[in-house]
Parts: sequence; C-alpha cells; structure tokens
Amino acid sequence: MSDDAKTHDWTKPAAMALPKEGYFKLEQGRYGPTYPRTPANHGFTIIAKIKPGKEQTVRDYGNTIEKAVAADPHCLAVLKLHYLRWVLFDIGTDTYFMYQGIFDTDFDKYTEDAVALFAATGITTVFTNLVGFPEDWKTNPTSFIKFVREHQRPSFLEYGEYPFVTAEEIKKALKLKASFSTMLDQMQ
Amino acid sequence: MSSELEFDDIQHILLTRAPALTGRYEFLSFDDPAGGRMWLARILDKVQSAKDAGATFASNNRWVTVAFTWNGLKALGLDIPFLESFPPEFKQGMVARAEILGDTGANAPEHWTAEMASPDLHAIVILFARDAEERVRCEGEHKKLLLECPGVRVLSSLDLEATPPFDYAHDHFGYRDRLSQPVIEGSGEEPTPGSGGPLKAGEFILGYPDEEGNISGQPQPDILARNGSYMAYRRLEEHVGAFRDFLRQHGMTKDDQELVAAKLMGRWRSGAPLVLAPDRDDPALGANQERNNNFNYKNEDPHGYAVPLGSHCRRMNPRDTAANMNRRRMIRRGATYGPHLAEDATEDGQERGIAAFVICASLVRQFEFAQNVWANDRNFHELGNERDPIIGNQDGTLEFKIPNRPIRKTLKSLPAFTSVRGGAYFFLPGLKALKYLASLGSTS
Repeated sequence: MSDDAKTHDWTKPAAMALPKEGYFKLEQGRYGPTYPRTPANHGFTIIAKIKPGKEQTVRDYGNTIEKAVAADPHCLAVLKLHYLRWVLFDIGTDTYFMYQGIFDTDFDKYTEDAVALFAATGITTVFTNLVGFPEDWKTNPTSFIKFVREHQRPSFLEYGEYPFVTAEEIKKALKLKASFSTMLDQMQ
Repeated sequence: MSSELEFDDIQHILLTRAPALTGRYEFLSFDDPAGGRMWLARILDKVQSAKDAGATFASNNRWVTVAFTWNGLKALGLDIPFLESFPPEFKQGMVARAEILGDTGANAPEHWTAEMASPDLHAIVILFARDAEERVRCEGEHKKLLLECPGVRVLSSLDLEATPPFDYAHDHFGYRDRLSQPVIEGSGEEPTPGSGGPLKAGEFILGYPDEEGNISGQPQPDILARNGSYMAYRRLEEHVGAFRDFLRQHGMTKDDQELVAAKLMGRWRSGAPLVLAPDRDDPALGANQERNNNFNYKNEDPHGYAVPLGSHCRRMNPRDTAANMNRRRMIRRGATYGPHLAEDATEDGQERGIAAFVICASLVRQFEFAQNVWANDRNFHELGNERDPIIGNQDGTLEFKIPNRPIRKTLKSLPAFTSVRGGAYFFLPGLKALKYLASLGSTS
C-alpha cells in the first residue's frame, strides 16, 4: 500500500537511508516483503549476469523498446514509470545487466503488469538472456516475480528533489502550466 | 485435454446461481481423518454438479456445496507432496495473509468471530435453500449425519437471510447487487451489454486454458487440478446505523442523501450507474440488465465527475481504466445475513452483513490483488488519502473526494461502514476430486 503522499511536502527535498534489507519493518506483500515508498517513489534495481555471448542481443533490446515507444508512446503506461535505466557492465569476464526503474506502483504489481505486457505484445523479455531466468516464465508468472525478487538489490539511500510526487501529478502540473500559458495568450 | 467445460464435474456454485432466499454455512473441524472422510463420503450425493443443478432447479429446494481449507485437506489425510503442490497463499490461509488483505486494526483476525481465525477450521458446507422451512429441515438432516461421523465438529454456523424487499438482490445498505458478473466462455451464458466478452474458463476453473492460454498444473494429483477452484470467504458486517447517520449528516434532503450513497458506490442504490444517470436516480435503468452495466470510464467519465475515482465500483472494476482487467475478474456468490434494520429504526447493535465468496483460479492474482491494490491502496488513482469507502479498511482518518465543478467536495474522517468479521481460503474441488478425497487412505 502506498504511503500518503499528502503528508509529504514536495517543496522540501528529502533523503531516506534504508537498512540492509531494504525495508524498516517486515510487511508482507503478495509475493514477499514490501519495500517502502521513498522520496524517490517506488522502484527497483535488478542486477543479473547475462548469458555468455548475449551482450549484443541485450543491447538490441534498447532499440526494440525505443521503436515500440515511438510507435505507441503509451505502450508502457501501465507500468506507471518515471524513469528506466538499463546498464551493462563487466566484472572479470562476465557481463552484468542492471535494470533500474522508478515507478509509482508497488513492486509486485509492476512485475505482474510487466509480465502481462511482454506476453500480450509478443515482445519477448530481455530477461530471457539472463542466467537463471526461468524458461517457463510465460506459463508461470510467479517464477518471473521470484526471479526479479531474488535479483533485486535494495537501495540504502534514495533522494528526491521533489519527494513523493507521482508521475501523474507532475504531468498534471505541467498540463496546468501549459493551460495557463494558453489562457494568458488568449487574453492578449 | 479438452477445454469443453465438464458441467457434470464442476460444483454448481461456480456456474449457477440457485434461486434461494435463505441458507446456512456450517464451518467444520475434523478431529479424526477417517471421520472427516466418512462425512465427505456421506454428503457427496447431496453435492450437485452444475449440470445436475441446472436440470433440476424447478424441482429442487436446496443446493449444497463443500470446500476445504488447506488445514482441512491435511486433516483428511492428503499426502504431504500433494499438500505442498498448492499455491503458497492458499497454504498460508487468509489469517496469515491479513496484512496483504488490509485486515488490520479493527479488522484483524484476532477480532474475528465464530472461530473463523482458528487453524481447526477445516471445511465449509454451504447450503442455499429456497425457504426457511427447507433450511431448517436440511440443518436437522446434517445434524443427524454429523452424529454418525466421529470427530467431525461444527465450529460455528451462520444463517443467511435475504433482506426485504425480496424482489431483487441487495445488501443491508440497500444497494442492488449482482450487476456486474463475469461470464465464462462455454458456460452458455451471454454477458450483458458492457460486461465485456466471455472470459476463458481457466480464470475461474482449474484445468482449463486461462486468458494467457496457460493451464495451471496445480494442485496435484491431476484429479485435484481439474474442475476445482479457490474461494475466498468474507464475512463483512454492515454498520447500517452508522451508514444512514453518515448520509443524513452529509445530505440535507432525501435526494442529497441518495446522491451521497450513490457517490460512495458509483451507482444509485437502485443499481442505476452514475455514468449513465449522473444527476438523478433512474430505477428503471437500474433494473434493466440490458442497460445497467453498459458503460465505461476512460472517455465517459475520465475525471470522476459522475463516478468518484475512489468509489467502490470504480475500484472493484476499473473497466477500461486499468490494465489486464481480464486477469483480475472474480465470480461472486453469497448472501446477506442478520435481521433487516427498518428504514426508520435506530441502530440495534445486532450483527448484519454480507457473507460472500469470491471465486477465482488464483487468489494472489485475483482476490488478493483486488484487496491490496484496488480496495486498500490509499493512493489508488493518485487519491492520496483514501481507501474503498464500502469495503476498505477505514479507521476514521481517511477521506473521500467527490469531483465536482468548480471545486470538488471532500468528505473527511470517513467512518468504517463495514467490518471484517471472518474469512478463510477454501479449495472447491470438482465432484471426482471430492470422491478421491473421500477415498483417501482406503487402500491402507
């Protein structure tokens, strides 16, 4: 369940240091512990080793997603994202994939919606190139969620310049600003 | 395996709605596996399939359903590997999932009634009866059966009563019920206009392809994985006095009060949807199945000027404003219990409410999602400080916003109109599976 955004003051930047587990108090979510909403909202950092020889395949997914969003700018709307960052990096001879997302739904809902999105659009997931990713993810969404939870590295610090504000609220504020500008133009 | 529905093996409650005005739930505990199996074997011929029930509705006066908790399956002697094959949320049970469901504070299992939170709760037998006379007769018959089955105890029971007027289904608050039910593909039913297409059977019945084309292989052995389902039971007390006080407090006239009631629900108490009748009630619309569910939100009411974004209907069925709706649908069955509180009467302190079942193939994906994300997420639709005004966990600190031009109205300090008084997760086996469970241990 989300925290009450109204009790937070968006004008006051805020930082939150988190314990090692990623939460202060163990609260059960549907598939495991619930991670708290922080000044940087909900999110995760998934880090997993990619299968040998798959680096270019993983990189190509960047183009796939770019094209999908260009064709339908709202194709990821269901995930309620602020930002996504996909990074590849090496440790020794292995290459690792880091998937960082900041979003406004809870962790489990994000993952469930993402599985459904990949399945519905026919886009196979970039995750299939990761070591240990369940082969039966399409028929067993719970295994997908388990993999994500097992590879999540919780933050120990999160910061928000405009804390606890959802993407929807930001878009509303920008729309309001645009409407006011139009109104002022019309009054000239 | 065929994806044609096996009507002769699926328990009737999944696919039919009995013409009952009353009924009774009995919650059982098995102290002895053999006694439990004997009880099941003896009651089996009373448990009707959908086919059987459908063919005999006119001549029949009672309809029986049997289901088990995970502890109950264990108590019947199901082997450990098979017990382990059930999904985690069912194994843990509703009490252990309380935090996820929002059953905290006054709704926490420690406050539940009728031993509903007891680990000794093993089975439920659901009786729907055409009238009170038949209910009493069946109650007597069941009592006799229990005397013959050693170690089978009734932990508690609940009598069901329709609440007047009896010509349509509604709850104690007066809201018309049974307006928006999913239809299963191949069931022979046609969805009412606006209800969406029929859904794949696997969303509700185990062993059939679901909306993603997958067939759940759980639970094991195979005989349990076919034609069964899961039922979340909720005993929800309705605080009718508090509800009516609230309406009077926020509405000067009778019409104003009706509008407040409609805004909380998303429909007038007559059933007429606010999207189609935003300003005044239209009882003829409410009663008309061809029209009363034929609406959407995204284009017809994006800002919630008709149906507030946090209203009960909009949370429980966001229609075209949520993703993957076809994977979140649920079948609802059940009835009201407790005495009717006359319109002009003051609160009498007696418990009354709804004792209902939510039936779905995945408790975690369907029922728990609806409770966790739709009913009890305070920030649903960016609302910030709200939960479902009818079934959400309310402790007097939250609000309810009614969008309006030029400015919205905020109802502060919403009281709890309902309290969770009990609940449990049950497995609803098919008839062959019931026979298998009754025969466990018979070879040893």
